[in-house]
This record gives sequence, structure tokens and C-alpha cells, in this order.
Amino acid sequence: MNPADTLAPGFPDLSQVVVARPLHWRRWLAAAVILIVLAAIGRAFAYGQIEWSYVQRFLTAPVILTGIVNTIVMALLAMALGVMLGVAVAIMRLSPNPVLKSVAAGYAWLFRGTPLILQLLLWFNLALVFPTIGIPGLWSARAVDVMTPFLSALLGLGINQGAYTSEVIRAGILSVDAGQYEAAQAIGMGRLAALRRIIMPQAMRVVIPPLGNEFIGLVKATSLASVVQYPEVLHNAENIYYANSRVIELLIVAGLWYLAVVSILTPAQMLLERRFARGILLITR
Amino acid sequence: MTTPLVAIRSVSKAFGEFVALKQVSLDVWTGEVLCLIGASGSGKTTLLRCINQLTTIDSGGIWLDGELLGMREQGGRLHRLGEREIARQRLKTGMVFQRFNLFPHKTALENIVEGPVQVQGRPAAEARAEALELLRRVGLAAKADWHPSQLSGGQQQRVAIARALAMKPMLMLFDEPTSALDPELVGEVLAVMKELAQSGMTMMVVTHELGFAREVADRVVYMDQGAIVEQGAAPEVLGAPREARTKAFLSAVI
Repeated sequence: MNPADTLAPGFPDLSQVVVARPLHWRRWLAAAVILIVLAAIGRAFAYGQIEWSYVQRFLTAPVILTGIVNTIVMALLAMALGVMLGVAVAIMRLSPNPVLKSVAAGYAWLFRGTPLILQLLLWFNLALVFPTIGIPGLWSARAVDVMTPFLSALLGLGINQGAYTSEVIRAGILSVDAGQYEAAQAIGMGRLAALRRIIMPQAMRVVIPPLGNEFIGLVKATSLASVVQYPEVLHNAENIYYANSRVIELLIVAGLWYLAVVSILTPAQMLLERRFARGILLITR
Repeated sequence: MTTPLVAIRSVSKAFGEFVALKQVSLDVWTGEVLCLIGASGSGKTTLLRCINQLTTIDSGGIWLDGELLGMREQGGRLHRLGEREIARQRLKTGMVFQRFNLFPHKTALENIVEGPVQVQGRPAAEARAEALELLRRVGLAAKADWHPSQLSGGQQQRVAIARALAMKPMLMLFDEPTSALDPELVGEVLAVMKELAQSGMTMMVVTHELGFAREVADRVVYMDQGAIVEQGAAPEVLGAPREARTKAFLSAVI
């Protein structure tokens, strides 16, 4: 007997009926409202007191280009310093050794607890505290000569970044299952080998999105280095508008460059994320 | 054979208020397959973890291959060993975990090769060849380049057994190796363990698989509330238990 004969009547076969596409008129309406508001804002700026020709001219001016290169260089170096410090401090914080633990906690407390701009000014003015620095009997120099704008910006930004990064890395390490550490121990690995070979590669997957966030924050925080005379893009833009009074135009120029740099970072982060998702999210095969 | 491979003497361990092990003493002889059975919380897993020092004991002593584990006696006192020494002692034991704990970012082969190459410093080519041989032995030669997430639970546990064997341990510790598996996958893991037992490996197995214990174990140890209640040959303990607590446990399990 055909099993279909035994099914109850009154329920038609819908398998061949086309499913209609929804209209979503509310979405269309919302999009229209937003477009009108954007057009109004755009018109206001177009007819406002802005000389767009200045924006165009200074966007590729050599001083501005040098500035954005300095911004990128500083962001990369400070992030490298921050990640190195962050990894070291995170591992110290999770160590069973109470001395290392306290040092790590103290570091995070001090550098997260004070404003970045204040730390930058302190590094830059270190010469007021220590006129000469060095290792007694081996080497010494005048602090004014050593603490260049570049070095004080790098130390200020990098060490501050390290305090934040250490917490991101620590969260990543804690996110890895405790069984992984036990399995590493069971094959005879020490604490540091287990961290390097087993725990950190897995923690990276969790760590990269917030680290990308931190890096984007740092790119913009380099603008604070203008207070120690580091010639990054905002500092150079300011120098130009002190001379020609085109304040808004040059701020827009700097803003466009920050947007450009951050826009490049987002796809770069996605590539990194894919790299560290090995074995966890296997789409191929 | 006058000295046991493992000698456990008056070992106690507490986690806060909870006493996991109470003055436990036990010998394990070379070539022996010993099954530890008992209800959860009876201390059998803790005892196993103490032997490869994932858990440190509060008092007593464990000797493996004649060497006191985790401590050194000097001037009438016991001093805890450093991390490096403990890692060296761990190499004598292989551990298989309930939840496999394979490294998810490495392939099956890389999981097995990790210890021999990184810890023992053996040449990569040699370690690879041995790892492939081990994978063949657990029936997974075709899965060498697969990641753990692509393997079934039973396959993952067989890779984990191969990973432990790659270190050439003198003692294999199994902590409920089939408890996290779907019922249809238990058999393939037990088959590998049975083959290993027949090859003469000394094994301590914490298990709820009484059928496996009956078939493979040279000795069955029943634990309850942190103490060994009864031990003996499998047919005795499982077939004709003397202690009332063992009887109660067995009738509850079967």
C-alpha cells in the first residue's frame, strides 16, 4: 500500500508553491530618511565656511605626508613595544611567583591609572628630574639629548599600551581550556614551553579582535604625541594652520588620513584572524 | 621482579574541606593492567593525577621506577622539586584524559610529534616516522593530516593514546578514557587499549567499563571515599566481592 494513501486529507502539497519576497517597506523608508539627513549635512558643509580647495591642496602636501608616515611608524613601533610588554606582563601576572605577580599588577595599575598625555609629558621632561642618565662608570649622557620627541613618544605610548595589552593577552590565555595546559604538562613541557607552543597560539584567536581595537585606538592616540613635539600628522597640520589660519581645512585633511589608515587596518585584521583560526574553523576539506 | 614500578605509600590529598585521598597505599608491578573503579568522588582520578603530578599530594610518597616523585629528601626534611625536575619525571608516564585534550591548532600527526621533538629534542624526521607508525597502530594512518575538530571522539581519543605512547612511557595512565564518548565509539578505544595491554604495557585505568576490567585487567581496585576498599583479580572483585560497599556499588552499576 502507498503510504501517501494513509495521510490525513485537508493539507495541500505546498512544495511547488513559490515563496514571495517580502517588501521591507520600513527599511526603504528608514534608508530614505537617512539619505535626506546626510544630504542636508553634506550641503551645509559644501556651502559652509570651508575652502575645499585647501583640503585638496594640503591632502598630499609633503609636510602632511611626512606626518602620516611618522604617525604610522610610531603606531607600529609603540604597538610592537606594547605587545612585547603585554605578553611578558600577562605571563608574569599568571605566574605562581608572588613577586612577579605583584610587579605585573603594579605596572598595570600605574600606567592605566594616569592619563596618557601626562605620561608623555613626564617622559619628555625627564631631564628635569635626572639631568644626566647612564650606567655609573660605563656610559652617561645628558637626558635632554637622549629624550628626543621620538623616544619620549615611543616610551610613553608603548609602555602605556603594554598595560592595556597585558589585560587583553591575559584574557586570551585564560580563555584556553585548562586541559590544554595539563596535556602539555603531561608530555613533559614546562610552563613557558606550554605557553609558547600550545596556549598562546590558541589564545591569539581570542586576542586578535580586541588587539585590533587597541591598535586602532593607538593610531589615533599618536596624535597626543604632538604635545612632545613629535612631528606626526596632527602636529604638522597644526603647524600649517598656525601659519595660514585654515584651521578646519587642515583638521579635515588630518581626519581623512586617520580614516584612511584605520580603513586599511580592518581587512588586515581579518587576514590575521583567519590565520589563527587554523584547526578551529575549517571551511575547506 | 622485587620492586614495584609504582609504590604509593600513605598518600593523602584534600581540596579544601573535601578529602580526596586518605592514607592510600598501593603497588603496581611492571606489565600489570590495573583498573580503578568506584563512584565519582571516590578519589580514583585524583590518585591517577598524583602519579603524574598534575595534582600535588599533601603527605605520603609515591615512587616511580624507584625514584621518589615531586620531592627530595635532604637533612630529614622533604623539599619540593623544581618545575624542570618534575617535567623530567613526568616523561616516564603517559596520560590519556577523559576529554582527550588534543591540541586543536595542530593536526593529528603534529599532536603526536610535538612531545618527542619539542621536549625530547629528537630529530623531526625520525619522530614523524614513529608517529605515523603509532597512527597505524591505532588505526588512523589515513587521518594523519586531519585536525582534531574533523575527527570523531573515538578517533580523537585514539590519537591522544598515540600522543602519549610517542614519549615511550614506562607507565600509561588512563583517566576515564571512554566516559566522554558516544556509546558506539567506546569499543574502538577499548580495542586499542586492549591491544596495548596485550603488548605488555603497564597500565592504570580509571574506568566505568566493567566489561573491559573483567576482560583485560590483571587486578581491579575498588575505591570509596578516598580509600581502597577492596582489590584483587577481576573475577574475585567483580564476580564475588567480599566487602558490602563493593557489592552495593556493583549492583548499582550493573
